[in-house]
Amino acid sequence: MRDHIKLQVARYLPEKQSEPSFDEHEVPCPKDWVVLDGLNYIKDRIDGTLSYRWSCRMGICGSCGMTVNGEPKLTCATFLADYAPGPLRIEPLRNFPVIRDLIVDIGDFMRKLVAVKPFIVRRYEKPLSEGEFLQTPQELDEYKQFSMCINCMLCYAACPIYGLDPKFIGPAAIALAQRYNLDNRDEGSAQRMEVLSEHAGVWGCTFVGECTKVCPKHVDPAGAIQRYKLTAAIDSMKAFFMPRGA
Amino acid sequence: MPEMPLYTDYHPRWLRRRVSTYWWLGKRSYFAFVLREGSCMFVAWFVVYLLMLMRAVLQGEARYQQFLALSSRPWMLALNIVSFLFLVYHAVTFFDAAPRALVVHVGKTRVPGSFIGAGHYAAWLAVSAFMFWLVLGA
Repeated sequence: MRDHIKLQVARYLPEKQSEPSFDEHEVPCPKDWVVLDGLNYIKDRIDGTLSYRWSCRMGICGSCGMTVNGEPKLTCATFLADYAPGPLRIEPLRNFPVIRDLIVDIGDFMRKLVAVKPFIVRRYEKPLSEGEFLQTPQELDEYKQFSMCINCMLCYAACPIYGLDPKFIGPAAIALAQRYNLDNRDEGSAQRMEVLSEHAGVWGCTFVGECTKVCPKHVDPAGAIQRYKLTAAIDSMKAFFMPRGA
Repeated sequence: MPEMPLYTDYHPRWLRRRVSTYWWLGKRSYFAFVLREGSCMFVAWFVVYLLMLMRAVLQGEARYQQFLALSSRPWMLALNIVSFLFLVYHAVTFFDAAPRALVVHVGKTRVPGSFIGAGHYAAWLAVSAFMFWLVLGA
């Protein structure tokens, strides 16, 4: 049927099975349906036990990331028609433990995200009476690209280094650290460096570059990491040659 | 009865999948990455080869001729041709990556990444031209 597409959906029910399996379903394939619509069709009309995460349906919340035909994708931004006539294989994000069906545990990422302090750090908070922090468009441009991250974790799923060494702090956490390091209102770069300059920090990255390719928001985490390597290397040299500070 | 009920956290048996030893064969970009990493060995080989050449030159005409004879053997030629190809691959991938790591400002204006990349290629071309002149022309 040209107006339908076959979806092969990964299932993992921890109370019943030790290995994942695949269920096949035919779903409608109008040109404006995304993969998430197909999954919602299955859940609403065929099998209500299918479990997966989603929320905004517009590429903002970052919760519907899954592996679509082997590639990490936001299922709300991946059109079924692009894969016609199918079949389309939908699996959970790689490199994360699977809790159930298409749901992965994101605890590791959340812990790493907190470790890099993804917020503006000030040595002294100035009183409100002094007004807001002013920023020029050029200063905004320095970090704006990295602020687009929606924590969808597609970059972690695409990164073989994270798969091989889960201690690696990972692309999104480093990109978000850079987002604040490059913000002229922030004064927390030294605190972040303690985490980022570790072996499991930026030096764990060998620049495969897949994180940037799969990023739905064009954040370029690989670029952020390479850029920070240069910063960390210069900082180490400064510390070595000028131990009392420049 | 206690005031607060005691709950036992439900912890499902998570499915943890190991990354295959052959993960780098699963995708073209992964394979290209492994080739780039492997190309470092050929860069190292050219460093060793250059040191061997310098040693032969310092030890006099006879040792230099021996080195040339060694270098013209088919297996050595094949090794050096393969090494050269990997070296070019290494350089190109490195230069392409440079604009993403190197952010340069002139005053308050950020220099476009294409300029950084072009600068690397221009420097490569200049050094290569100088070496050609030194070896063949001077």
